[in-house]
Amino acid sequence: MTATVVLVGLTVCTYALKAAAPLALGGRPLPESVVRLADLLPAALLAALVVVSGVAEDAAIAVDARLVGLGAAAVALSRRAPFVVAVVAACAATALARAM
Amino acid sequence: MPFGVAFGVAASEAGLEAWQASAFSLFVFTGSAQFAAVDVIGDGGSALSAIAAGALLNLRSLAFGVVMASALTGPWWKRALWSQVMIDETTAVGSAQTDPALRRYAYLWTGLVLFVCWNLSTLFGAAVLSSSGDLVHDLGIDAAVPAAFLALLWPRLADPGQRHSALVGGAIALALLPLAPPGVPILAAALGVVAGWRSATPRPAGAPVGEPVP
Repeated sequence: MTATVVLVGLTVCTYALKAAAPLALGGRPLPESVVRLADLLPAALLAALVVVSGVAEDAAIAVDARLVGLGAAAVALSRRAPFVVAVVAACAATALARAM
Repeated sequence: MPFGVAFGVAASEAGLEAWQASAFSLFVFTGSAQFAAVDVIGDGGSALSAIAAGALLNLRSLAFGVVMASALTGPWWKRALWSQVMIDETTAVGSAQTDPALRRYAYLWTGLVLFVCWNLSTLFGAAVLSSSGDLVHDLGIDAAVPAAFLALLWPRLADPGQRHSALVGGAIALALLPLAPPGVPILAAALGVVAGWRSATPRPAGAPVGEPVP
């Protein structure tokens, strides 16, 4: 049920953001503060999502093999590995840590 | 492609049916927002916080629209349809062209190809890969989600403002994680922008920061 509500709500919100300029605003520039906010928000939220999906288990902090995977992804990314390589490295390192 | 597969798996990990995962990819069609929302649902967060997390993350589509609007001319229903593929990659490819007709052409073809790939790979991840719960755990596939978020974040970290925003955002989430209801730590992390506000180097409106091709 929650998933369906989110599906509808998020569809409306993301579509409104995508279509606002082509349908209504035209090419008029956005206020500078909105541009900066839109540019900075993803960094804060993505970092939070890394934390929450990396160390949370049922609303508590749980440190497990996922952290090994996250470390492997960080190493891969710092060596300019593409997205896929980083994600696969994370899975492989996590699997290895669990097998040991 | 692998990003789409990862979304399919993440969605079923969060308890979504395969059709729901596919519906997200069809109608929302915004990788990072989909991941964020599904992550909040999986942790048992409220619908409102899942929607807010996804929408805030994609406030940038507003800026992409401003960049592409001049090339997307025609009757309103065409513009309405075309807007569905307003994402990082299509804006990047489209805005690289100089001629308005070429901009529209590049934007639309990139959008069409990505839309098809993204939806097929989601379906594959949700319907095929996820059917074996133990396999997901043993192969470490659950680590794909934090790794994907990290990979999305990485290219932003070169800029000091983005780095501060990320550091404070991550710290807020970690601090609130054991205290607040699921979803709330992510929303509260939005306050991290305050830290980045002063030190940010202004970027041209809507300049996309490398999100991967799905």
